[in-house]
Amino acid sequence: MKKFNLTLLFYPVWKRNLIVYRRIWKVNFLVPLFEPLFYLAAFGVGLSGLIGDVVYSGQELSYIRFIAPALLATAVMFNAFFETTFASFVRMYYQKTFDAMLSTPLSLEEVITAEIVWGATKSMMAAAIILVVISAFGYVTYPWGLMVVPLAFIGGLGFGSVGMFFTGITPSIDMFNLPMFLFVTPLFLFSGTFFPVSGLPVWGQYLALASPLYHLVELTRLLTMGRMESDPFISLAYLLGFGLLFYFLAIRAMRKRLIK
Amino acid sequence: MERANSIIEAKNLSKKFGSFTAVDNVSFQVEKGEFFGLLGPNGAGKTSVIRMMYGFSPLSSGSMKVFGLDIKTGWRDIRSRIGVCQQENTLDPDLSVEKNLIVFAGYYRVPRKEALQRTDELLDFFALNHKRQDQVSQLSGGMVRRLMLARSMINNPSLIILDEPTTGLDPQSRHQVWDKMHDLRSRGMTLVLTTHYMEEAANLCRRLIIMDKGRILVQGGPEELIHRYAGTSVIEVENPGRDLKEFIRQKKIRHEELINRLIVYTDDLDGLGRVIRDRFCPEKCLFRSGTLEDVFLRLTGRELRE
Repeated sequence: MKKFNLTLLFYPVWKRNLIVYRRIWKVNFLVPLFEPLFYLAAFGVGLSGLIGDVVYSGQELSYIRFIAPALLATAVMFNAFFETTFASFVRMYYQKTFDAMLSTPLSLEEVITAEIVWGATKSMMAAAIILVVISAFGYVTYPWGLMVVPLAFIGGLGFGSVGMFFTGITPSIDMFNLPMFLFVTPLFLFSGTFFPVSGLPVWGQYLALASPLYHLVELTRLLTMGRMESDPFISLAYLLGFGLLFYFLAIRAMRKRLIK
Repeated sequence: MERANSIIEAKNLSKKFGSFTAVDNVSFQVEKGEFFGLLGPNGAGKTSVIRMMYGFSPLSSGSMKVFGLDIKTGWRDIRSRIGVCQQENTLDPDLSVEKNLIVFAGYYRVPRKEALQRTDELLDFFALNHKRQDQVSQLSGGMVRRLMLARSMINNPSLIILDEPTTGLDPQSRHQVWDKMHDLRSRGMTLVLTTHYMEEAANLCRRLIIMDKGRILVQGGPEELIHRYAGTSVIEVENPGRDLKEFIRQKKIRHEELINRLIVYTDDLDGLGRVIRDRFCPEKCLFRSGTLEDVFLRLTGRELRE
């Protein structure tokens, strides 16, 4: 069964996650609603007085305006990554949900794909809520701003795939601290989120270019305020390539882990 | 030997994990409408055989055909026509009892209307209707098992595979599960089960195999195996005297010598049984029928496993 078996049968698995999500959807909506508000309050109101304006892509922006799109992009990362690490691990390891599914006509590829697509769906929903929040502050220009929603899905597929890859190779749930603090946290801090990458030394700029979150932040800025530092096509290609690579790595890791 | 009615045909099946051989050249067939048992101590390879049967584990060598289809190429088709009840509780704790069945039906692409109807039928059949809105975590062990069984039948399968369906259940729940299985048998269902309970296998299975260390030791009907490897009657003598032991050995009667206990297997209860009762019963002699457990223990030994 080394062949790649993927059909639309991944849909019922995706739907299973949606059914579970809907049970407590009000709670699930609160986090993406309030989290950006807290950040905007802390950084925008608290910090921006100290920092003043930021020069980004040749334009002076208030600090809060600068970080608002980045907060949306990091939420995309966190939502997908949490879903395919902690939540998928619980389903796989503690609840044996995947074992049950693999006794039905579902293939391993379908189960894993559904988990990743579900992670991307959560990213997309979070992005939509945050988009509404920062639109209320007037930080989004339309109609291009709406494209953030499909972008969040693409970004979610990428970060969901990395998360699933870690789930495939992580021996126990406590070990997720490693990718959390050594992969996600540096991305969160150094991807042009809280300060422009152009302010970094050259080596730092190159490092930021390797960060998938940097490209997602850039594209989000482009779509919400019509400006970015880098090339949109390169950023999009990088994001897609990154996602595709880790998608196949994730499938391979999970096959090794589950099929005995 | 090819038979038209074979639902499962395993030929020279082997499963290796690195250098460890879990299943070693196993061949058997299961006929349509048959209840077939896989018996063996822990680590005998039963679960590995089962997992190869539904295409979860790739075969190391040999072939496995279900409904005449090769598991390697026809796994999806095969899985859509079988129901599997795994050893561990794999119910979805995030969903209610009812939703466990409805969502699972989706994995088989059962149309929604049919899924709802089958859910109703199965909850009735397994006496879970009063719990349909409950969460799985609120169910007792027996109910969990019944829901697992119900779920394995959501796609209206022609073959059910059960891995230790009654392990860990109290006697009431066990008997309830057995009742349901008798019911299924009378409906002509084909079923494969693994079990540690010899009584369960003797009661339910028309044919069975006893495995140990990855190999098949014997294969046949329960009565036939009892007759062949134990005896229709068993006499257990506590603290047997030396004269009895000599007598048994001399007459070459099938027996086992344990610490402080002698077990004699015989088909001749009237003759030999009377002799032992009259001449060699110093303390206590127990006369009983031979059981599958006698066969099992004789063939797989009495040492502890694991």
